[in-house]
Amino acid sequence: MLSRLRSLGQYSLSVLEVLGRAGSVWWQAIWRRPRLENLPLVIKQIYQLGVLSVVIIVLSGFSIGAVLALQGYNQLVQYGSESALGLGVALVLVMEIGPVVSALLFAGRAGSAVTAEIGLMKTTEQLSSMEMIGVDPLQRIVAPRLWAGFISMPILALMFSVVGIWGASLVGVNWLGVYEGAFWATMQEGVDFKSHVLKGIIKSVAFGLVVTWIAVYQGYDTEPTSEGIAAATTRTVVYSSVAVLVLDFFLTLVMFRF
Amino acid sequence: MQMRTIEIVVGAFMLAGIISLAILAVRVSGFNVGTSTGTYAVYAKFENIGGLVVRSKVTIAGVTVGQVSEIKLDNETFMAVVKMDIDGSVTDLSTDSTAAILTEGLLGGKYIGISIGADERILGDGDQIYDTQSAVVLEELIGQFLMKQF
Amino acid sequence: METQQITIEDVIFSRSRRRIFDGVSLTIPAGKIVGILGPSGTGKTTLLRLIGGQLKPDSGSVIVNGDSIPDLSRSRLFEVRKSMGMLFQSGALFTDINVFENVAFPLRVHTDLPEDMIRDLVLIKLQSVGLRGASQLYPAELSGGMTRRVALARAIALDPQLIMYDEPFSGLDPIAMGVVVELIKTLNEVYGMTSIIVSHDIRETASIADHLFIISDGKVIGSGPPDELLKETAPRVQQFIKGLPDGPVPFHYPAADYEEELLRGQTARGGLIR
Repeated sequence: MLSRLRSLGQYSLSVLEVLGRAGSVWWQAIWRRPRLENLPLVIKQIYQLGVLSVVIIVLSGFSIGAVLALQGYNQLVQYGSESALGLGVALVLVMEIGPVVSALLFAGRAGSAVTAEIGLMKTTEQLSSMEMIGVDPLQRIVAPRLWAGFISMPILALMFSVVGIWGASLVGVNWLGVYEGAFWATMQEGVDFKSHVLKGIIKSVAFGLVVTWIAVYQGYDTEPTSEGIAAATTRTVVYSSVAVLVLDFFLTLVMFRF
Repeated sequence: MQMRTIEIVVGAFMLAGIISLAILAVRVSGFNVGTSTGTYAVYAKFENIGGLVVRSKVTIAGVTVGQVSEIKLDNETFMAVVKMDIDGSVTDLSTDSTAAILTEGLLGGKYIGISIGADERILGDGDQIYDTQSAVVLEELIGQFLMKQF
Repeated sequence: METQQITIEDVIFSRSRRRIFDGVSLTIPAGKIVGILGPSGTGKTTLLRLIGGQLKPDSGSVIVNGDSIPDLSRSRLFEVRKSMGMLFQSGALFTDINVFENVAFPLRVHTDLPEDMIRDLVLIKLQSVGLRGASQLYPAELSGGMTRRVALARAIALDPQLIMYDEPFSGLDPIAMGVVVELIKTLNEVYGMTSIIVSHDIRETASIADHLFIISDGKVIGSGPPDELLKETAPRVQQFIKGLPDGPVPFHYPAADYEEELLRGQTARGGLIR
């Protein structure tokens, strides 16, 4: 019994230790020295993390929008309320599916890439040699990626929602025969910029922060071996995904109930 | 890849983000009521507001002219006091106008429909509409129907 | 130029409960080539990191050219690192930029030199390692020996007074190894750079070093010029230098009694031995 308590205590301490290290990585990367000289690095990372994720985001967004329209129509048509399809799909996408799914996709595609990259740099002693030359790898490698993730995530989430709504409109209006006017009108009436769209954006900003932070930390902290990198990459995807979903619950709770 | 190309592509990416935001703002959420001309407050008391909520729309002849901004309970008369933000461009609400709580479609979204009266005097900021019609509550309707049967 | 002397006194350093250094003291005179030898895993690379300020000792002092490295401020450490070059075992070239940019990196970080001067300096450094023609290649396109030479060019980009080599000979074919040995010697002779070579290749290191240290079990067990050390009689030193498979560092990993283990296995299986 006592030994179980002890190991629980040790485990909690190690979790705190990890959080502390991760926190200090984030702190040192973001709050030190002017970032302007590193702007080209940030731009390059926005390309790597954001631009290269556009394809998967657009494809997924379109598909999910189309599916939502299909399923939504099937349900609504039973009550004669298919004109509300536009509203329903838009709300679901903008508030939930858009930010959450794009964050999950981002974690899988961009997050794992970042972890692998930084892990590889650590394993091949590039981070060490950078330090020896006198450059802080947190400033040069970690910080640009954090900023890039922070900026790219909301943009990707917005794109997801827009493409999703478009996909839904193609399915709902052009295929299933919902009146085009009603589709858009109910949507415009019911979707409020401040309460819905903006809150969705806040969510995706939070997700971007969390996912990129986890990705960067896992890479930075990995065991410098090839198995270590593989394990770290897996951890990034798993931890980020869980974090996004749990965070989504709490954010939704705070934003939409209070 | 050349740095210049990357910069251009990233710029396009961010532009796409801004455009998406704009689309969502305008096309999807119909970002309009009360933003340009300001609003003024009009009050109305109801016996039963049904499912009316804050942000429900306020219409005249079916056209949206404002939204509900506050719902409170009057502790003396135990009636619901609804505050509506009416768009500044709507200036001829006569003092004998009627405010009724109506239902939208079958899904039951409640909204307020205002019918203009004949009085020359018009409502200003903070004035109240006295002629009101409460929401139709299904149970009461059934109750009335049953009563009539006997 | 000032005399670059490194004094390490009584350094104790532990990591994850393992005592890596248990009171290590050595002095590296300026302008000489010094080899630090020892079995794998004794923390030779850690020693370089202590000198470079990447790690701090638990106790003891590390003094380079009069500066106590563990006590330096961030900005002072930045300055001091300008005069230190380090060649990592794997080269550690930055894989996302090409050879030219790799060598130019320290120049861009520490100086405000105009582009054309940087270009000239980079080409000069690459020329001295024989790779001026490879300046546009990317690290992924280089062979192991070439990678190390580019890393060397990068390490000397700022004309450091001290240069540290972490296992420079490992994994190279004889030709490449000969090239590296030659380069280390030349750099020391021509530029007067104090050179520290960490290695477990005795032959190559002894061929160019002025002085050798042997570290084992967290302590210095041998110190002296190569020819003297070869005559050293202490058994640990003897085993290492001669490459004997058994001695103070045992051949057998601790195990149970041999005969017993064999017999136990067979009778347990139903017994062939009656």
